[in-house]
Amino acid sequence: MHLSAVTPLAADSGPPIFQWKWVDRNADDIVQRLVEHVSLTGVALGAGLLVSIGLALLSLRFRWSYGFILSAAGALYVIPSLGAFAVLVPFFGLSFVSAVIPLATYTLLILVRNIVTGVDQVPNEVREAAIGMGYTRGRLLWQIELPLALPVVIAGLRVAAVTTIGLVTVTSMLGLGGLGYFIRHGIQTATPNPTEIIVGVGLSVVLAVVVDLLLWLSERVLAPWTRKAR
Amino acid sequence: MSFFDQLNAWLADPNRWSWTDKAGVPYRTLEHLRFSLLALAIAAVLTIPLALWLAHYRRGAFLASSAVNIGRAIPSFGLIILFWFLASRWELDTTFWPLLLALVALAMPPLFTNTYAGVVSLEQETVDAARGTGHREWQIMLRLEFPLASPVILAGARVSFLQLIATVAIGAIVNDGGGLGRYIVDGFALGAQGYGQIFAGGLAAVLLALLCDGAFALITRWATPRGLALQNARR
Repeated sequence: MHLSAVTPLAADSGPPIFQWKWVDRNADDIVQRLVEHVSLTGVALGAGLLVSIGLALLSLRFRWSYGFILSAAGALYVIPSLGAFAVLVPFFGLSFVSAVIPLATYTLLILVRNIVTGVDQVPNEVREAAIGMGYTRGRLLWQIELPLALPVVIAGLRVAAVTTIGLVTVTSMLGLGGLGYFIRHGIQTATPNPTEIIVGVGLSVVLAVVVDLLLWLSERVLAPWTRKAR
Repeated sequence: MSFFDQLNAWLADPNRWSWTDKAGVPYRTLEHLRFSLLALAIAAVLTIPLALWLAHYRRGAFLASSAVNIGRAIPSFGLIILFWFLASRWELDTTFWPLLLALVALAMPPLFTNTYAGVVSLEQETVDAARGTGHREWQIMLRLEFPLASPVILAGARVSFLQLIATVAIGAIVNDGGGLGRYIVDGFALGAQGYGQIFAGGLAAVLLALLCDGAFALITRWATPRGLALQNARR
């Protein structure tokens, strides 16, 4: 991952708050940082979702474990992001892994809770009908309960995604890319560059809104019955 | 020096455990707490009365429902740096104002949403009963709605406060003091030689957050009005 250094602005161009010229000149860099941001978010969310599904299945199978799992996830959720990255750096270095582990960890609380709540709110009649039709426990879960839980799961995913996108900016502390790079770099230059800071913050917010919207759309496509129910 | 040697050397430094030395863990911890509490207090004073008033008259429902979502989308790190830039432009103190403003802004959404939701969820009969016994509107807000919504408001304050602790740590990038985040940020500047310090600072921040969360759980239990606690226990 090597990038050309961000092209600085001419010193005499003065510092207006926002310069499209800078955006134009660094378009390639902006795209690459955006891609890095999306991939970090994607990997963290994907890993978080996989672990959450596992933990949720465990909670559904053994009810007594649900309390433990939720309190453990709650305790992890409380950990400050920079603190979590810092604790991992000595073991994994300034790497992708040190960033992804905490990011994925933060999604566990909301995802596990939403998957379990989603499965719980499946009407009992539906379950009985499926069992009556000869569904085994596993098929019931994968083909009936989890699909019906989808709206609640996606609601959790939306919160997790938006939170993760905001947190990824902090990973620039680990020397990783993502949009946080611009936020950090914007104050490190000899004359602070407001355009760079605004691009970093603004794109991060826009990305969060877009991903939230996409997930909302995917809910409407994957769970069309939620629309008709109204 | 290996990571463990670095950590040992860091922990063995007597200045780390002095209450007065600025490099000391007690000093940095207090600094961290002081900044978080100051921001929480300012945010609470700005937000709770407004939310109480809006919720009493059932206005601003849309704002209440979307505030937290907006707050989540704004990266705290970016907000600090944006305020840093504005402060340097307006020639304000760049080690104090950017962090404080960002912290207050980040603490407000959960406080607002929870206060609003707490008041709105109260049963209308209770409010009508108070009105029937001759309470004025401000008395209803202050003596009825605020205490009854207090557990929900405290839950919001808890979310806010933990976010503040996390953000103060990040704020060490621009803040001279910076609390426990100072160790982490300075450690990053040292490169591989700073791993021991990075780890120690990270661990201290994590422990502080866990302790504060526990403290908040106790405060919530203690501050819940007795009638409400009994009612919850019966359910």
